[in-house]
Amino acid sequence: MSESTVDSAILFQLTHQSLSYGGQKGNHPVLDDISLTIRRGEKVALLGPSGAGKSTLINLLYQQQPQCSALQPQGGGLVDLLSVYHNIFIGGLDRVGSLAALWNLLRPLPTQRDAIAELVKVLGLEEKLWQSVDRLSGGQRQRVAIGRALFRRQPVYLGDEPVSSLDPLQAQTLLEHLLLQHETAVISLHNRQLALDHFDRIVVLREGRLCCDCAVGELSSAQLDEFYQQESSPVAEPSAPSDDGWVIRTS
Amino acid sequence: MSGLGNLLQSLGSGGFDGDRGPGYQAKGSSARRLNGVCLLMVGAALLALLGADLQIYTVDPWQELSRIALGVLQPGWDDPPTLLQALAHTVAFALLAVALAVPLGLLLAMSFHWLPVRVLCAAVRSVHELFWGLIFMQLFGLSATTGLLAILVPFTGVFAKVFAEIFDQQSPEPAQTMPPSIGALKRYTYTLIPQSWPALLSYTRYRFECALRSSAILGFIGLPTLGFHLETAFKQGQYSEAGALLWVFLLMIATIRFWLRPLLLPVYLLAAVWLLPETVGFSNGGSLWRFVSVDIWPSALRQGDWGALLVWLQMMLGKQVWPGLVQTLLLTQIAVVLSGVVVLICYPFASRALAGPVMRWPGRFLLLVLRSTPEMVMAYVLLLLCGPSGLPVVLALGLHNGGLIAFLVANASDAEHRNPLNRPDDPKGLKRYAYVETPRRFPAMLAFLFYRWEVILRESAIMGILGVATLGFYIDSAFEEIRYDRAFLLIVVTALLNILVDSLSRRLRRLAHADADFGKPTRNTSINCR
Repeated sequence: MSESTVDSAILFQLTHQSLSYGGQKGNHPVLDDISLTIRRGEKVALLGPSGAGKSTLINLLYQQQPQCSALQPQGGGLVDLLSVYHNIFIGGLDRVGSLAALWNLLRPLPTQRDAIAELVKVLGLEEKLWQSVDRLSGGQRQRVAIGRALFRRQPVYLGDEPVSSLDPLQAQTLLEHLLLQHETAVISLHNRQLALDHFDRIVVLREGRLCCDCAVGELSSAQLDEFYQQESSPVAEPSAPSDDGWVIRTS
Repeated sequence: MSGLGNLLQSLGSGGFDGDRGPGYQAKGSSARRLNGVCLLMVGAALLALLGADLQIYTVDPWQELSRIALGVLQPGWDDPPTLLQALAHTVAFALLAVALAVPLGLLLAMSFHWLPVRVLCAAVRSVHELFWGLIFMQLFGLSATTGLLAILVPFTGVFAKVFAEIFDQQSPEPAQTMPPSIGALKRYTYTLIPQSWPALLSYTRYRFECALRSSAILGFIGLPTLGFHLETAFKQGQYSEAGALLWVFLLMIATIRFWLRPLLLPVYLLAAVWLLPETVGFSNGGSLWRFVSVDIWPSALRQGDWGALLVWLQMMLGKQVWPGLVQTLLLTQIAVVLSGVVVLICYPFASRALAGPVMRWPGRFLLLVLRSTPEMVMAYVLLLLCGPSGLPVVLALGLHNGGLIAFLVANASDAEHRNPLNRPDDPKGLKRYAYVETPRRFPAMLAFLFYRWEVILRESAIMGILGVATLGFYIDSAFEEIRYDRAFLLIVVTALLNILVDSLSRRLRRLAHADADFGKPTRNTSINCR
């Protein structure tokens, strides 16, 4: 944090980082010799087929800067029984005292209510504000998770496929909003076109290895496709890189 | 039945696995492990049969039994106000104790990562409610305080442990998205507590039912609850009165969900405070201090006479601790296996898949009676029939716990009734029982039994109060003779035994993989047997 005063200070740094879960089926590395530096102000898209280690990498980055990062894990981390309002409010729990937080469970605090009512307009969830999130669809839940990350009001955003269940238009709008609201962002995606359009740096992971790390200008969508297509040959199963259904194929 | 089949299979398959492919071995080994654990349990129970005192002392139990049966079939009560008052006291103790124990348990569960908290909880929950009753009775007399504390103290320990286990099962993801530096209170109230709310609620409801049973049997040591009148009625041979009490109690438990509405809770709580017996029984600090610092320690220790202390210890170990311990363990082991047998026999009669949608209701009713009747009451009745041996204890514990687990097993089976796992060409009747239902339920059933093991041990120790030579018998006599030093030693031994069995059961559960084998719905019900 101390370096953050220096211009273009380093926020995240990994040097030859390897990580493996000691499972029964051999020690298959999840991350294999990753070196990565991310500076303040960078917008990084993290691409790669499912199971490449993107989630692990994002969690690793989060552990380096938990104080100034808003994390949005893949599942969203929603609390089913609580309303949309409360689920978003969780992001701002550090800004109120313990008693106020308890009271807010019974009766929403007026200032917080106004702030969150503004926020859900962006998310398109005005009607659902007081519904418990277990009644929401996958896309609505994902928007609540985005809301919580925005309500954290941190300079850094770490999102693990944060817009994967949204329709293309919403995904684009909210992604733009997320990038606008955060000075620095590292976001894993499956949609290559979104990555090329909105980010200034693209990192591609495959089987735990960093196989591409460059500025967007140096890449074309055809080049990006290759990283995905190579994958289908060595693996026996025809595993589709996109289990999200709607991913726009640029090839 | 099928447990035996499994066992035989486990014995048979032992030598052959080497010949088959690696895939078979991996598949066969989990069943073998389960069966090995079963074999261990049954073998230990068979050995225990040799050492336990299971004599029938009464000459003609059948005549007495027919009189009791007649009384149960023709219940009658002359004095409705007394009955109502006993009922009200029973509910009041249970309700207030649970209402206080839940928040306390929740607070302790939130700091369960702290070793002293875990030790404290293990200690208070390893001592049975009735023993706590006997202890508090020395301090507060026959009073509302005694009744309340006797339930409150052990239940707090149980709530803390089970709530902490429930929290452990929740996804850690929501907590990751929170600001990292907020306090534990905010973290729990916004993530873990709402995440696990349904499980917390369901367990609290189940525990309230347990509290009602505990509150009722506190009457056996003199508190003015249903158990008091039940014991009197049985002692005087007024079986129709006893029958009426039993029916009222069963009805009360069976209808909990209708009368215990969340909105009415404040009303009930206020009424409960108002209904408590008037004797509050405050003990001044002096006598409490005297009890803790002087009464419970042997005089030889207080005087520093090590020789005499050794003699005292030798006498206690040889004449009370050891024989009590052995009988308690033997009866527990037999009761656990008998519970398993009861489950295997009873659950098909209450499950939709085996007994049919209508015919399961008599079975469910039987199981409800078995699980609702306090084991102490059941043992007391059986004791009148067979005399003071281990037999009534084993039977009562086997029937009660078997009924409780069979109920959960039948529910789990019904929950899967419309599951895609079921095929139209599945076998029916006995074949379905042996080939489909029982194998599917078996791991969960074993887990329930292991969870129940600890409870059965506590219960068989406490049955000594009825005159069977388990640890409770010596504890009860020590209290009667006002030899608190002996009572204290015996209670500590009982508690340690309980903690030991708890950790052993956890290990066996892991060995049998009994926990891992069932999915989420059953895991939620599994908490409702602890």
